[in-house]
Amino acid sequence: MDQVTSAATVELRHLDNLWIQVSGTRCNIECRHCFNNSGPRATAFGLMTLDAVSRAIAAAAARGVREIYFTGGEPLLHPHLLEMIACALAVAPTTVLTNGMLISDPIADILAALASEARYSLEMRVSLDGYTEEMNDAIRGSGVFRLALVGAVRLARRNLLPLITIVRTWDDGDELAMLAAFTRVLRNAGCDRPRIKILPALPLGRELTRVAGLQRDECVTMAMLDGFDRDLLMCSNSRLVTDRGIWVCPLLVEHQDARLGTTLDEAASSYELQHQACVTCWRYGTICGNVSAHIEGPDIAAAPEAR
Amino acid sequence: MTRFALIGGIYSNWRALETALSDVARRQVEATFCLGDLGAFGPYPDRVFPLLEQAGVLCLQGNYDNSLATRLADCQCGYTDPRDNHFARLSYDYTFRNTSPAHKAWLGTLPMSRRLDVNGTRMLLCHGSPRKINEFLWESTSPDGFLRYLLDDADADVLCVTHTGIKWHRDLGGGRHVVNVGALGRPENDGTPRVWYALLTIDGTVHVEFVPVQYDHEALAADMHAERLPGEFIETILSGWWTTCLEVLPQKERARGRF
Repeated sequence: MDQVTSAATVELRHLDNLWIQVSGTRCNIECRHCFNNSGPRATAFGLMTLDAVSRAIAAAAARGVREIYFTGGEPLLHPHLLEMIACALAVAPTTVLTNGMLISDPIADILAALASEARYSLEMRVSLDGYTEEMNDAIRGSGVFRLALVGAVRLARRNLLPLITIVRTWDDGDELAMLAAFTRVLRNAGCDRPRIKILPALPLGRELTRVAGLQRDECVTMAMLDGFDRDLLMCSNSRLVTDRGIWVCPLLVEHQDARLGTTLDEAASSYELQHQACVTCWRYGTICGNVSAHIEGPDIAAAPEAR
Repeated sequence: MTRFALIGGIYSNWRALETALSDVARRQVEATFCLGDLGAFGPYPDRVFPLLEQAGVLCLQGNYDNSLATRLADCQCGYTDPRDNHFARLSYDYTFRNTSPAHKAWLGTLPMSRRLDVNGTRMLLCHGSPRKINEFLWESTSPDGFLRYLLDDADADVLCVTHTGIKWHRDLGGGRHVVNVGALGRPENDGTPRVWYALLTIDGTVHVEFVPVQYDHEALAADMHAERLPGEFIETILSGWWTTCLEVLPQKERARGRF
């Protein structure tokens, strides 16, 4: 094996992002492209306890964590999610990745109160994969579009400005038209300042059966990291806590080799980028964050300094 | 007692710079530092250079300066939203065309950070963060623990940055402070046309004062109009609300604005 063909290894530079798979793989819907096979009957990962989540947040805060993300499954299925959000917001900006369907008026009221009382930002990321019922529900399931849009509007009306997260299921050439269509539909529905994040489809989970012909044997090689800004890779700045241990990143949760231990100390070890999803992360950079926490650019440490 | 004036992104706003430097001249500061991004958004980019030179301002390199000096294709703000990218391109292309080769070369000679020791208080000045020239340190996404980590990692007691365009100050206790000095170049998305710089005083303890700058923003708008800069940029100068480069704003900062 040489550096052209062998998988590269990436060190954890700093725990910027703590991901918490708070609801395991339990979800109220079953999207056709779901990267971790979540769904109503999925049992690969279970709900985390309030105590386990509080301990993970405290441990990450002690390490100077920058952002906390709640993911699943559907986080709002967890009966203690709102308490967990309060706990996270006390120490760091917090993001909830949700399908939006369970955001009732009372829940939106509580989220708005938590957000306004906190020093740090609360980001609600609502998934939508089509700008029409037909387009969205073909991927996310019947009736999902209407409820997700209602949830997003409830947040927007409380000035929580949800970040609408859309998985790209169209050709690059259609991107501008797609964005314009999503923006128009969101505005018409009552999200008058739409914020949109486009995610690439990931060659993982159900997406492997949704799209035929995905290449499965690529990996990120040492040569690919030559001159590449490693801060753009999740594994250099993130870890995922679940009820079954700590994984290198949210995307590789179905791969046992990506389970690094049971404590953040154990999980600080380096990781070999041997999966096709690593190539997707390398290609697009920091795909899971809200915006690029580290944007590719000159390293201060490497630059001359005047004293 | 030691006092410094700290200026953030100027973004070619030579009128605000002129007014701010007159104000600084009355305040008996030991030195004035500019933390980078001399160009962007505004008119006549070459006009800020003589003002900075005459006032003896010590400048750092920002991402915009780095892009101009190394002739990169964009400003390195990392937008993915097509609308933000469209306006970032207009701003960068105009600034690139209208910054002289000599000034571009000078920007490339600027340091990316600067360390000062003021009677044992270790200060680090940089543009974005100690890690990256273009990392955004917003108030609502920079938790205390993370800031302490940055200070530890950089062997500093006081960290001063800009890059986001909105000022804030965090006293972390034990003589440790992080200050985002804001920007002179455009208002901070608060519905008023005023801009800001910072005064940092060390007299055993660290004091931070943000100074509002009321300048002839209508004249700047007229300059921008004459240069056929986008109406969206002019609207921001006149109204104080950001109209572009919105994608990178976190929830709290975005929600305070109009757009």
